[in-house]
This record gives sequence, structure tokens and C-alpha cells, in this order.
Amino acid sequence: MTISLVASDPEARGVKTDNLTVRGTTLLKRGFAHMQKHGVVMDVTTVEQARIAEEAGAVAVMVLDKLPYDVRKAGGVARTASIKVIEDIMDAVTIPIMAKCRIGHTDEARVLQVTGVDMIDESEVLTPADEERHIWKWDFTTPFVNGAKNLGEALRRVEEGAAMIRTKGEPGTGNVAEAVTHIRMVNNEIRRIRSHYQDNDRQELMKAAREMKVSYAIVEETARLGRLPVVNFAAGGITTPADAAFLMNLGCDGVFVGSGIFKSEDPAQRARAVVLATTFHDDAKMVRDAQKMVDERKSLLGLDTKNLELRMQERGQSA
Amino acid sequence: MSKITIGVLGFQGDIEENIAAVKQAIEQSKADATVQMVKYPQDMEKIDGLVLPGGESTVQSSLAAIQQSIPALKKRISDGMPVLGTCAGMIMLSKRSFDRVVGDTGQKLIGDLDIVIERNAFGRQNDSFEADLEVSGIGKEKFRGVFIRAPAVSEAGKDVEVISRYGGKIVAVKQGNIIGTAFHPELAGDARMHKQFLKMVQDYKKSR
Repeated sequence: MTISLVASDPEARGVKTDNLTVRGTTLLKRGFAHMQKHGVVMDVTTVEQARIAEEAGAVAVMVLDKLPYDVRKAGGVARTASIKVIEDIMDAVTIPIMAKCRIGHTDEARVLQVTGVDMIDESEVLTPADEERHIWKWDFTTPFVNGAKNLGEALRRVEEGAAMIRTKGEPGTGNVAEAVTHIRMVNNEIRRIRSHYQDNDRQELMKAAREMKVSYAIVEETARLGRLPVVNFAAGGITTPADAAFLMNLGCDGVFVGSGIFKSEDPAQRARAVVLATTFHDDAKMVRDAQKMVDERKSLLGLDTKNLELRMQERGQSA
Repeated sequence: MSKITIGVLGFQGDIEENIAAVKQAIEQSKADATVQMVKYPQDMEKIDGLVLPGGESTVQSSLAAIQQSIPALKKRISDGMPVLGTCAGMIMLSKRSFDRVVGDTGQKLIGDLDIVIERNAFGRQNDSFEADLEVSGIGKEKFRGVFIRAPAVSEAGKDVEVISRYGGKIVAVKQGNIIGTAFHPELAGDARMHKQFLKMVQDYKKSR
């Protein structure tokens, strides 16, 4: 196989077999995420923004009620987007539609599944509905993406059925620093278990599995691959084309851009520029050309991530 | 015969998975060949065969960079260079596409494969499916079709050979040196499609 099927639940209720076809398999769910690779998923709140994103070359759109920056400003409880808005966007664009549900909120997710979104994001940007556990995603035919700050969190989510991971930043801040910290953290942890694997030190791999509260099998597979067994995008705080290129060069498979585009003063131009920089992340001249397309005076000003009242990245990390 | 170089178009989608599938085909065929990602117009001159990967065709066709590579690519295709397009890659090769819900997509496509594409022909991600297919030219044993938000061929020109159908829809075609599949052979864990493509590349290289 060219993609890993590790940790698949043999009794997953989201797998639907009829006659000669089967839907909702690990291969189809993770495979969907693989098709998104090298792409940019953009947060949108309206049909108009979704059209701008598609036109600019977004690989998918993420539908929210409010952009993370506005969620932060509004306070209160943040929930899944209006179904009417999601449906209108589904009818308006041809690219995949993702939507967020609250952490642990199985029934928001069920509603999104029957609405027909292509991927569900169980997201810390919304207010968690269950502090103890995440959704058991093997029960769903629709694939899920989850956030993670470190390797243990990422692998726990994959064992619950996540088909894709996004390393968390601090959403709505315009500051890429937290996303950088967490992708480096994940990379370093993978490097550590990979060296145990290369030394054939099964005891250390077992110890790592115990520390991360995950199975030995998934640790060994991750160590063998030298990367997460599912597609991993960067998210949180990406504002400029160079931010996107930076995270791609740190080993991410693609990027999510939240407030960075539609909270800037040049969204259409910026969206195109971020796509260009993501595609040509390893070519500094192309990234320069992309960077030229945006005006720094029009960037989201951003927030200091050290003095935030609400740290979204910490939601759901212990579960 | 000098060494064969196969390119995988490297803008967006499952590029690495296609590189892995080509590598698998090379090993199994014991061919003297390498595979590499290609992104720039000048790269089109250095390869003997090209794979257009799966992904989002809207994105792939909207990238100005890919548009710049199209003239060089069209020239190579008309010279007989074999190409394999999987899913979005087949859409890129087609002459026209429309979406099941949204209608005509107005995408700028390569256009050398004389077919019309219905995008998302089987529905959205929840309708994505796996099924065993009969594919002519790769042997009797069935091929595992992995269909992810897959397109289908709604019209095929007279020079187009239909090599697989599923559920009454055309899902794989061959037109001379071009193969297009609605499914993802690179995810099937079965290198036969990529091996057949490699064979075409070897024959092409020999003929030059």
C-alpha cells in the first residue's frame, strides 16, 4: 500500500457495505485527506467567501459561523455553523466542504454527516462539549480531521478514527509561532522513536507507547514511516505566503488558513498568494513573488500569543 | 537503451503516492528507470512518461504555473510520450468537464484526451467507494477500484477505447499514448496499472 492503514478498527460502524461496493473504509477516509496534500484549506463564513477561495485555488473550504479571530472577540459559546449556510456553500462550489463541530459533540457531527460535508473538523476553535473524551470517529462514514500539539495527542486522535491531523497553532491570532512550535515538537518526537526503531529497541518503543497512552502498533508504524501515519496539515496563525512556505518546509503536507485571509484587507489577492507559496514552498523566488502579491500593511495585525485570555490549543489535549 | 525517467506532476494532490506506485512498478518489472517530481516547463523535456496525480482538479487547473507548462506538455503528448492521469489527472487531460451539481466548470484543461468529464459523478465524500473492476489490458484478475469523489466519463470520442466501466459509467479509458482512470490505482496496493504504463513508456523510449 502507498498509504498506511494502521490502527483501523475492524468493527468500524462507519463502514457501509452494499452489494459489491464498500464505503467509509479507512482507505477511503485517509485517501480523501491524501488528495488534499500540497493544498490550502481556507476558513469561510459565507457563499461569497467560498467562491473567492475556490477561485484562488483553495483545495477545500472550512465553513464556520465566525472566523477564529471573531470567535475570540465575541466570547461566549462557539458552536457548529448554520446548516443553511453550509448547504448554500455546498451548492455554490465544486471543491470539498469541511465544517467544524465541537470536541466530543457526537450529535453535531452526525448532523454534519447527514448534511453531506466531505470532512468534519472536531475543533478546539469551538467550545468543547465533552471535556473527557473526543468523538469515536470509527462510527462515521465521513472522515474527520483533528488538532494536535504533540505526537501523543495526534496518535490518540488517529486511534479514535481521525483520518487527518492538523498540528495546532493558536487560532485567530495572526501569529504563526505556536504552529511552528508544535510541528517541531511532533517532528522531534518522531525522530526520537525512529532512532529507537532503527536500533531495533522495542522496549523504548513500548515505553513511548505507554507515555503517549497509545498502542504499540501505532508507535512502531509511525517510527517505521518516520512521519505521522495520516496526512498532517499545519494550522493556526498563518497570515502571509511566507508563513505557509515556512510550515511546508518544516514537513507539513498542506496548510489551513483561518482568519489570516478573510480578516486581511486584501483577501482575494492574499488567498492566491498563499496557494502559490504553498505549491512552490521550496523555491524562494516563487515565494518572493507570492509575498509581493500582498501588502504587509493589509495583514491581520495579530495578537501576542503569550498573554491571551483564551488558549484554544489547550482544549481537549489531555483526553 | 538509456535509462528511463518518469515524471509525476508535482503541484497538488497525491504526488508521493504516485511516485511510490511507479517505484513499485519499476521494481516488479525490473526496469532500468527512475521517477521524479516535475513542476517546471523545462522539466517536460527531461522525461519519457508523465503521471498526473489525483487531487483537486479545480486547484490544479487554476494554478498559473501549470498553465505555463501546458504548451510544453501538449507538444510531448502529441509526439507520443505516454501519460497516465488518475482522477483529477484524467480531468486535466480531458477536453471538457462539468460538475454534477454546479454545471460547467470552465476549467482550462490540457484537452488531448477526447472525453467529456462529469465531475463528482458518484456524489460527495460519503459516496466515495471501493469496488472490484474489470480492466482490459492488465489481466483477468479484478482490480480494486478506489473512487474518491470520483469523476466519470460521460462522452468518449471515436478514438477512445473504454477499458473499464462501473455501474453503467465509463471509469477508465485509453487513447493511444494516454490512459485516464476515474479511480486511484496508486492507492490500490496493486501496481498493474502503473506497470502497464511503464511498459508503454519503455516501448516509446525504444521507438525514439
